[in-house]
Amino acid sequence: MTEQQFHEPSPLAVAPPGSEGLIEPGLPADPSELTYAYGLEIEARSQWDYARRRFFRHRLALGSLILLLAIFGCGLFANFIAPYTYQQINLNALSQKPSSKHIFGTDSAGRDSFSRVLYGIRTSARVGVLVGVLSTLIGTIIGGLAGFYGGWIDNLLMRLTDLFLTLPLLAVLLVAAKYLGHSTPLKLALLLAALIWTQIARVVRGSFLSLREKEYVEAARAAGAGDLRIMLRHMIPNTVGPIVVSATLTIGTAILLEAVLSFLGFGIEPPTPALGALLSEGQDQGLDKWWLVTFPGVVIVVIVLCINFIGDGLRDALDPTQRRVRA
Amino acid sequence: MQAVDGITYDVFPGETLGIVGESGSGKSVSTMSLLGLIPQPPGRIVRGEALFQGKDLLKVSKKQLRQIRGKDLAMVFQDPMTSLNPVLKVGYQIAEAIRAHHPETKENAAERRAVELLKLVGVPNPDRRASQYPHEFSGGMRQRAMIAMAIANEPSVLIADEPTTALDVTIQAQILEVLKKAQEETHAATILITHDLGLIAELADRVIVMYAGKIVELGDVNTIFRSPRHPYTVGLMDSLPRLEGGEEWLRPIPGQPPSLISRPPGCPFHPRCFLSQGRVRCREEEPELRPVDGSVHLTACHFAEELEGRAGHFVEPVGAEA
Amino acid sequence: MLTFIIRRILYSIPVLVATSFLIFTFVSITGDPLGRLRARPDITAQQIQSIAHSKNLDKPVIIRYGYWVRDAVTKQFGTTLFGNRKIWPDLKRVIGHTLQFILSAIIISVLLGVAIGVYSALRQYSLFDYAATTISFIGFATPVFWLALMLQVLMVQIFLKWHVRIFYTSGLSSPTGAGHGFHFLIDRIQHLALPVIALCALSTAVYSRFMRASMLEVLNSDYVRTARAKGLVERRVIMRHAFRNALIPLVTVVAIDFGGLFAGAIVTETIFTLDGMGYYFINSLFASDPYPVMAWLMVVATMVILFNLIADILYGVFDPRIRYD
Repeated sequence: MTEQQFHEPSPLAVAPPGSEGLIEPGLPADPSELTYAYGLEIEARSQWDYARRRFFRHRLALGSLILLLAIFGCGLFANFIAPYTYQQINLNALSQKPSSKHIFGTDSAGRDSFSRVLYGIRTSARVGVLVGVLSTLIGTIIGGLAGFYGGWIDNLLMRLTDLFLTLPLLAVLLVAAKYLGHSTPLKLALLLAALIWTQIARVVRGSFLSLREKEYVEAARAAGAGDLRIMLRHMIPNTVGPIVVSATLTIGTAILLEAVLSFLGFGIEPPTPALGALLSEGQDQGLDKWWLVTFPGVVIVVIVLCINFIGDGLRDALDPTQRRVRA
Repeated sequence: MQAVDGITYDVFPGETLGIVGESGSGKSVSTMSLLGLIPQPPGRIVRGEALFQGKDLLKVSKKQLRQIRGKDLAMVFQDPMTSLNPVLKVGYQIAEAIRAHHPETKENAAERRAVELLKLVGVPNPDRRASQYPHEFSGGMRQRAMIAMAIANEPSVLIADEPTTALDVTIQAQILEVLKKAQEETHAATILITHDLGLIAELADRVIVMYAGKIVELGDVNTIFRSPRHPYTVGLMDSLPRLEGGEEWLRPIPGQPPSLISRPPGCPFHPRCFLSQGRVRCREEEPELRPVDGSVHLTACHFAEELEGRAGHFVEPVGAEA
Repeated sequence: MLTFIIRRILYSIPVLVATSFLIFTFVSITGDPLGRLRARPDITAQQIQSIAHSKNLDKPVIIRYGYWVRDAVTKQFGTTLFGNRKIWPDLKRVIGHTLQFILSAIIISVLLGVAIGVYSALRQYSLFDYAATTISFIGFATPVFWLALMLQVLMVQIFLKWHVRIFYTSGLSSPTGAGHGFHFLIDRIQHLALPVIALCALSTAVYSRFMRASMLEVLNSDYVRTARAKGLVERRVIMRHAFRNALIPLVTVVAIDFGGLFAGAIVTETIFTLDGMGYYFINSLFASDPYPVMAWLMVVATMVILFNLIADILYGVFDPRIRYD
């Protein structure tokens, strides 16, 4: 063996005959490895493609999304779908069990429960989405600043989060809601958003803290990028995953909280429809009329369950560390 | 995915067998499956025998295997940081090993024996140390404790899986001494798994070289180092930095080990092999492990004879010479 | 160890002080307790002024805070704004009831959660595991108050059909006299059963998922591998090595959950009309009376901090690595 031969790199052979069948299709193996060994062409797929494919393979999340959209859709178009209005009194049908005319039954004033539930869904959907958007906005900004700059903003955020661990959120909410007077959905949404944003802020802060140390941030800085540019261009896009997941779950939390507040009488002021209020009235009218309490509650459970599954699916889809495609 | 394919080797009493290979070569998996430490789903032992003291470990009942583990067949793992239970005292964990196999031993007796063992492996202040927790030990001391735990029941075979890899270089030398001492005390056969050739040179009597789940060369340590007969082994020897001589560049083996999910046909090493040069036989036919230069030196290469006369550049192995 | 405890206690005090100030400011700012009075046409502005003055409501926040703290410490939270009813005796009574309620819930949900979680981990991917996972998910989505309502409905239906009262749907004790000793206990259990179940559900789901994850992680750890390699019986490996280590982080989870239990108590006590802290809180809130509300918040904050302290100490007991801070 001459020295010359020894120093030559191994010949990158053409794909050995019979190797085509050996690679499992769709296997996200390290592309460089495949190319090196077999000289095959690998098509590059973007991050979003993988994410999208993963989400759609998560059947549960997909199903939940469809169901949720259907439910919210019913709520939004309650005007057209509901057979009766929220207030419509039908003195011939007082406190009736579910039947073909009133599929969720009626209450002691003859109001159709199904229609009321539909309108209640609309309110919940509005509040939920509004809170989701607002708290995400506030949380991302403050959390981002806290994670990026540290200092007093960070301290403040951490103290606030600690405070919320000490005092039950519901208690604080109740006090605030009580003293803020009668609530419209908008006001309630603002109130909820003002107190829930800390969750998202923590997530964003954590993400920014770790991203801050990454090499490409240093590189960008060296290239003269300003703080804002770095945050918008580098950090936020990489945090989108956790933000989206948190936002989704926040919507669920908001809907639950709105229901509790309305139930206790501190939430949406009647006559604006609310699922929680329906439950409260149902309890007042007597527990033997089980339909008044069951159906609005089931609707809430289904909505929150769907949101949780969607959040789960999103988490799987957007988590860059997971490379396997789930069945 | 096949982690290990067609391994056959023997270990004789009192000797030290070294298993060398890169990460992912299957060296750990093969020994761990001997002890039944690979959970059977998702892992699966498809074929084979592991004869130990007349019994086939792969066919023996779970209970019997458990009785053998820690008593006749003991193992030392790679990372002493995580291999000890952080909430139990070190002395307790060693004593536990003793009492597991000698249930009639009283607690104090077992604890005292644990202290003795700690002394044996060179832990200073052994009685104080025994009532401490693992996080109060340094890395080297923890590994000593692991070795103490392994030899507590005087096993006939001691398997050491990368015992020094997670430790500082200076500590490595110390652990080397501990292993030697452990072997002297127990006269156990030792299987030493490592990718550190220096360790092999110091401790091993015979060597197995593994690649991609297969044995590619087997022989006694002198022969392997002085006249390797497999291109992979040659590459390993050549890739070691040398202190003397005017070499300026390191010579790694180019490329990566193959993915175990999709194995190419033919010799698993051929894409990286300098000897192969794309020869058809290497690409299509998987070489069998066969004797070369006599009967105790085996190699799995079609063209091993071409390596004749090609001495390894490595320094003379020491220590293993009786 | 002792220094650890003392240090934690000392650290808690300024936290408590800061919290009290925050509570006071927050409650004072968010509402005008005299709002209802102002709305009444029969009370003149002058009368309102004099009332405000006599209650120190016209002074700046800091001074009012001072008064409040003084009252809190010396006069045991003083009296309510309207009606001058002593706050502490009421509060003490309801605290006792609520603690019975919450502590039972914690104990049951921890025991159940641990059992389910560990078993799920040991029999991963079995039918039990899948069933437990599904039920947990539903548990996460079920609002506590709805579960409470459904339980009530269920009991009512049972009563209507079979004329049997298994558990009571309201009240803490039977009004016709609950008897003494053992009878009293049974009666109390019958009354508390449904609220406890309602409160437990979510916590059990959380703890079981957590234990499952923790147990799985521990079972795959290196030291469990070592334990097996030593030749220990599988039962010992699981109980002594895996389970014990997996349990440690649960302490923190329970501690964090504690605050949430008070929120759950607010809701369940209202639904079941139990004479407890939650009910007290809601009623005070309805009455627009800030002082009981503040007292309540302080008590809860103190209890949570205390509970967290206990949890930290317990953690130190279980995990020797944390002991020497």
